[in-house]
Amino acid sequence: MILNKVLVANRGAVAARVLRALNEMSISSVAVYSEADAGAPYLAYASETYCIGASPAKESYLNQDRIFKVLQESNADAIHPGYGFLSENFGFASGVVALDKVFIGPSPKWIEAMGHKTKARKLARQYGLPVGQGSEVLPPDQVKVAAAARKIGYPVLVKPVAGGGGIGMLPAYDEAQLFEVVERARSMAERGFSNPEVYLEKLQERPRHIEIQILGDQYGSVRHLYERDCSIQRRHQKVIEEAGAPGIDREVIDSVADDVTRVMGEMQYDNIGTVEMLMGEDQSFAFLEMNTRLQVEHGVTEEVTGVDLVQSQILLAAGARMDEVLPKVISIEGHAIQARVYAEDPKRFFPSPGKLTIFRPPTNKNIRVETGYAQGRDVTPFYDPMIAKVIAHENTREQAILSLKEALKEFEIEGVKNNIPALLQVLDSSEFKGGKIHTNSLSEIMAKNNN
Amino acid sequence: MKKNELCSEVTGSVWKIKKQVGDEILEGDIVMILESMKMEIPVIAEEPGTLIELKVSEEDTVAEGQIVAIVESK
Repeated sequence: MILNKVLVANRGAVAARVLRALNEMSISSVAVYSEADAGAPYLAYASETYCIGASPAKESYLNQDRIFKVLQESNADAIHPGYGFLSENFGFASGVVALDKVFIGPSPKWIEAMGHKTKARKLARQYGLPVGQGSEVLPPDQVKVAAAARKIGYPVLVKPVAGGGGIGMLPAYDEAQLFEVVERARSMAERGFSNPEVYLEKLQERPRHIEIQILGDQYGSVRHLYERDCSIQRRHQKVIEEAGAPGIDREVIDSVADDVTRVMGEMQYDNIGTVEMLMGEDQSFAFLEMNTRLQVEHGVTEEVTGVDLVQSQILLAAGARMDEVLPKVISIEGHAIQARVYAEDPKRFFPSPGKLTIFRPPTNKNIRVETGYAQGRDVTPFYDPMIAKVIAHENTREQAILSLKEALKEFEIEGVKNNIPALLQVLDSSEFKGGKIHTNSLSEIMAKNNN
Repeated sequence: MKKNELCSEVTGSVWKIKKQVGDEILEGDIVMILESMKMEIPVIAEEPGTLIELKVSEEDTVAEGQIVAIVESK
């Protein structure tokens, strides 16, 4: 099937990224925007634009009825959901399919299967992937909650089953804390995901976050595009990501990627996806969750493999076969690192909305910058604080770190606080340079430097 | 009697007010929860006392540094 027109149901850097891909593919595009995003620079790349409502996300980017109306009115053939917002919403994806349009993502059943974390863990276990210790959905009964935590052993991490973006993930170090933490997590889960269910995982203190990039077609073929390391995080949200993962034997990580690919092939997973794993100090891997969409950090994989993931995803959703989309052999060339620039103070990472009175991204042609902002635009409190992604791709990891540091130093931002000083502290640290990173590295490096 | 002004640390909006005027406040109590950029930010009392004034309501927008509540300590 040929797609003539695609609606991009998102904003910011990912809307800009998808619009660029559509233009390169000569597919007409429809952009939607909230009142806060009227006049955003990327809207100029779209063939048509529609305002879909007021600034709060639930009135615009989460407003399914409104987006479906634009889908019909614009006569687009497909929707690209980007990441966040409605990208992993089963009801939304099903609604697109029910209107006889193409959802650029996997079949809705995969969104449903992977969107509920305890069900996804069960599925992964059934197919033979290693899965870390965890509970079922916690029942209301406190005695049973305490028993579930004791069975896993403290500390535990309370997680929403429908979660994402680190929201509502809270640690409990003993039984005295447990019930209050579970209640808080339930309330955040209800508010963030309209589902108060939470469960427990064993809290690993210093795991590495490694994920495998997958593409599948609609005829049972699945391939991987190697791994990313996304261990540098704050509040369970990624800050620096790289491809490939430093300091892991290629054979070890390739065999993990092959296992994941085999499982996804057996399941007949049918579009873009990422399997997230935690790696222990003994290089053992455990399934964490699967994201059934394009990731924020897809660019580092594109840089090292030379594969355009967004175009591939669109072609596969339109029914192309794997061998029409990907080259026969895909290898990793060099090393790529991405830093996420957030509008937040660089010490406590508190949000800092405001007007970008100066916004001058690095101009070096070897540096890739993805952003939805421009000088003079407002960074509003309504959405995620990410204002740009800066990606360096070089022959070696060492060179990539140097290039990224230079680019971040060159990036001029005034009007909002930003986390570039924190990014530079990480890139300068012996821990990061040595590849000895884990999900608490960022806070440990910051604590060491600020004492 | 000392009046302590509690300020918003961020630009955002008021999500939930947890204490009412007249309530006794302990050090460390969360008086209200603000929201900005998908993050919940508690406004915490640094000294004990009585909440004598709320300067905002739920869903109001607040600016960084804006006074949102006053606690009177003995």
